[in-house]
Amino acid sequence: MNKKVILKVENIWKVYPNGIVANKNINFEVHEGEIHALIGENGAGKSTLMKILFGIENPEEGKIILNGEEVKIENSKKAISLGIGMVHQHFMLVDSLTIAENIVLGNEPKKFGMFMNKEEMQKRAAECSEKYNFNINVNEKIENVSVGVKQKTEILKALVRGAKILILDEPTAVLTPQETKELFVELNTLKKQGHTIIFISHKLNEIMEICDRVTIMRHGTTVETSFVKDTSPQDISNKMVGREIVLTVEKKPARRGDVCLETENLVYVNNIGKKSLDGVSIKLRKGEILSVAGVEGNGQSELAGILTGMIKPLSGKVIINEKLIEEYEPSVFRSNKLSYIPEDRMTNGCAAKLSILDNMFADKIDQFLYNYIFLDRKKMREKAEHNVEDFNILCGSIQHQVQMLSGGNIQKVVASRELTEEAEIIIAEQPTRGIDAGASELIRKKIVEFRDRGAAILLVSADLNEVLELSDSTIVMHNGKVNAYFQDTSKLTEEELGYYMLGVKKQTEEEVKGIL
Amino acid sequence: MKIKKRMTVEQFSAWFEVMRFAIAIFIAFAISFIIMSFSTNTPLEAIGNLFVGPMTSIRRFSTVLEALIPLTFAGLAVNVMFKANQFNLAAEGALFMGALVAAILAIYMPGPPVLVIIACMIAAGIVGSLVCAIPGILKVKWNCSEMVVSLMLNYVVLYFATYIFNKVARDPDSAYKASYSFREGVQLGNIIPKTRLHAGIFIVAVFVVLTYIFMFKTKWGYKLRVTGSNIHFAKCAGISVAGVIMSSQLIGGFIAGVGGSTEMLGMYSRFQWSSLPGYGFDGVILNILAKENPAYIPVAAFFVAYLRIGADYMYKQSDVASEIVAIIEGLVIILVAATAFLAKYRHKMTTKVSKNLLEAGGAK
Repeated sequence: MNKKVILKVENIWKVYPNGIVANKNINFEVHEGEIHALIGENGAGKSTLMKILFGIENPEEGKIILNGEEVKIENSKKAISLGIGMVHQHFMLVDSLTIAENIVLGNEPKKFGMFMNKEEMQKRAAECSEKYNFNINVNEKIENVSVGVKQKTEILKALVRGAKILILDEPTAVLTPQETKELFVELNTLKKQGHTIIFISHKLNEIMEICDRVTIMRHGTTVETSFVKDTSPQDISNKMVGREIVLTVEKKPARRGDVCLETENLVYVNNIGKKSLDGVSIKLRKGEILSVAGVEGNGQSELAGILTGMIKPLSGKVIINEKLIEEYEPSVFRSNKLSYIPEDRMTNGCAAKLSILDNMFADKIDQFLYNYIFLDRKKMREKAEHNVEDFNILCGSIQHQVQMLSGGNIQKVVASRELTEEAEIIIAEQPTRGIDAGASELIRKKIVEFRDRGAAILLVSADLNEVLELSDSTIVMHNGKVNAYFQDTSKLTEEELGYYMLGVKKQTEEEVKGIL
Repeated sequence: MKIKKRMTVEQFSAWFEVMRFAIAIFIAFAISFIIMSFSTNTPLEAIGNLFVGPMTSIRRFSTVLEALIPLTFAGLAVNVMFKANQFNLAAEGALFMGALVAAILAIYMPGPPVLVIIACMIAAGIVGSLVCAIPGILKVKWNCSEMVVSLMLNYVVLYFATYIFNKVARDPDSAYKASYSFREGVQLGNIIPKTRLHAGIFIVAVFVVLTYIFMFKTKWGYKLRVTGSNIHFAKCAGISVAGVIMSSQLIGGFIAGVGGSTEMLGMYSRFQWSSLPGYGFDGVILNILAKENPAYIPVAAFFVAYLRIGADYMYKQSDVASEIVAIIEGLVIILVAATAFLAKYRHKMTTKVSKNLLEAGGAK
């Protein structure tokens, strides 16, 4: 293997304006033509380091050495001109434009210096797609293509701009197993053509499969870099967290009770007139974890939205504990002892500028009052301290703003608020997305704990590992319909689930009705 | 600056904010000084008058306190609405309307003066609430921009109030545009002889305390802050956001209305406003200076009032126009509101503080 060091960072320090030291004295080397994994818990400083390499953040101290020469990367434009490309976790694409248009956006080929040269644009995009063996139609609009194709478009966008080093920030988080496989084939092609790839992921098995070397980060600094073949998933995760962690959740078989949440023929039409839910009927029983799997955008988030009162269905019924819901307001659902861990924690899950303490009582302030109107600060403090300890939230003080915490810890604040003793039905939407192994482990354990106490949990998740590990039963959603129902998740495999998610396989109506 | 080894980032931030404010004021004065030197031969004397003017007599100092009263009311009113993330500027109109209603009752309502005064204040508060409720309702029902609606509404209120004034209260025998005199005794008494400082100062103090308690100690204040901080989250947590927004506008309007009546009964014996007094917009300025904390509103109000009275004195003593103070106010606000001002220095020091803490082993 080629051992030439293409990129090296030395003694990088980064301090954010709120005083958080995100990177302390980082040293890190990438060899030319390798796939280098970067792994670490949330808040370990991976994203910050990548932002520094791509010029989005500037370090306070330290050197970046590219091809043996020290460089200053002031902004993304400079990074691109140096041959560094980045694919962000959230796609940065224009939905209404075609793939080709997105790829050339920013340096469009021109006619007479002012008009778009469409043929040239398509030719360039198609050539590039062919060169790297990306099997996509560049004339399709972004809004009509799957997540996997969007990802390829992002990678092509970076390659067209001449990227030799590609940074991929959790590229597989939103992909099905089949799409992930395809991506890996393509990454290997790129590697053969001499590109260097920095691969950020929380998924250990992927790192084992595709990467050459792995660098582990913890608490803002690099712990160790090793060859993947000399290490093991358990080893990596222990070093990452600094303690032994359990990769699988222990759980007893479910003891199912009565039905407590029921939907009948829910239909929801979104604002562009598409039926995002097309006659969904499910039943959720006490003491079970029912997961809703599916490729994103197949109606799962609309289902969760209706079941928490955030949106109102066009038709259909929701019945909680044999009571028909007539008003779709979150307060109505919450008064029925339903709690909700929302998908987008920064928008719906917390008030970033308020303190950790203030964030923990938004749904239940009425239980923390004296003389009916005054806040019982002492009781609130005690409860918040208890939550911080119970959920192992890493924070300097409960008076700190939530936005000072890392993603995993913010999610723990949200979970600690929602997983309260009274909760009988819990709608958990992507509860562990984008958070590290330690925090995921804790939240998953808590969810199982609540199930064992008799609560019913609806788990909406795009993470197949989570679905397979955590849930007792599973439904798969495709195009706004329930595509499959598996009463016993433990008999399922990832591949099998993937086929149903993509709509390649479909159960008969009788089989789907098994849930009722 | 030398940093103490064990200083935490929070301590540094608090210290930095105070220092930044001081520097902002200093720069504002320095620039104003330069401008003054163009228009007068004695700029030093002029700026000296600006500083010491309000302290040259008890009477002058009391005018600072008098001016502080309506400013603080307006600041509190705007504060309650801003905290709910509603940029409602109708406090201006609410204050005006409150003053007029108080004046009308003070002229016509029979009964013991104390009861009349209380009735004036309550009525003014209710009318103020109604004025501020209009942008609130339009926002909650139809998502109209509360800023545009309230800005326009202020003029509607002004002319509507002028119409009522002409119909009901105007004294045709008065040489200037004014209402009939208030009834004997329907006035907030003076508390220092030979000044105009009136009992309104106690009323405003009570309102500062009440607003602070409301905002940080009651469930309503809590829900209001959560809603103002992130409305999606509040909704998701089951808070009735429409109710919170509406009630915050009603409370803000009430405070503004009471402020109008206090000003009217404390400083005047006839209603004689014929244009908007501008307190509503001053309220916005105060909130910027006080970083939207109700406890700091009176301090900010004192600062602004002091500057304005000082300017008045300077104008009388020298040949500098008192408008120079508008420049100083403007500069201070720009510098305080500009988060990037001194940000580089701050970042450098934060880095240093954090590293010190790391070395001392006290950080996470």
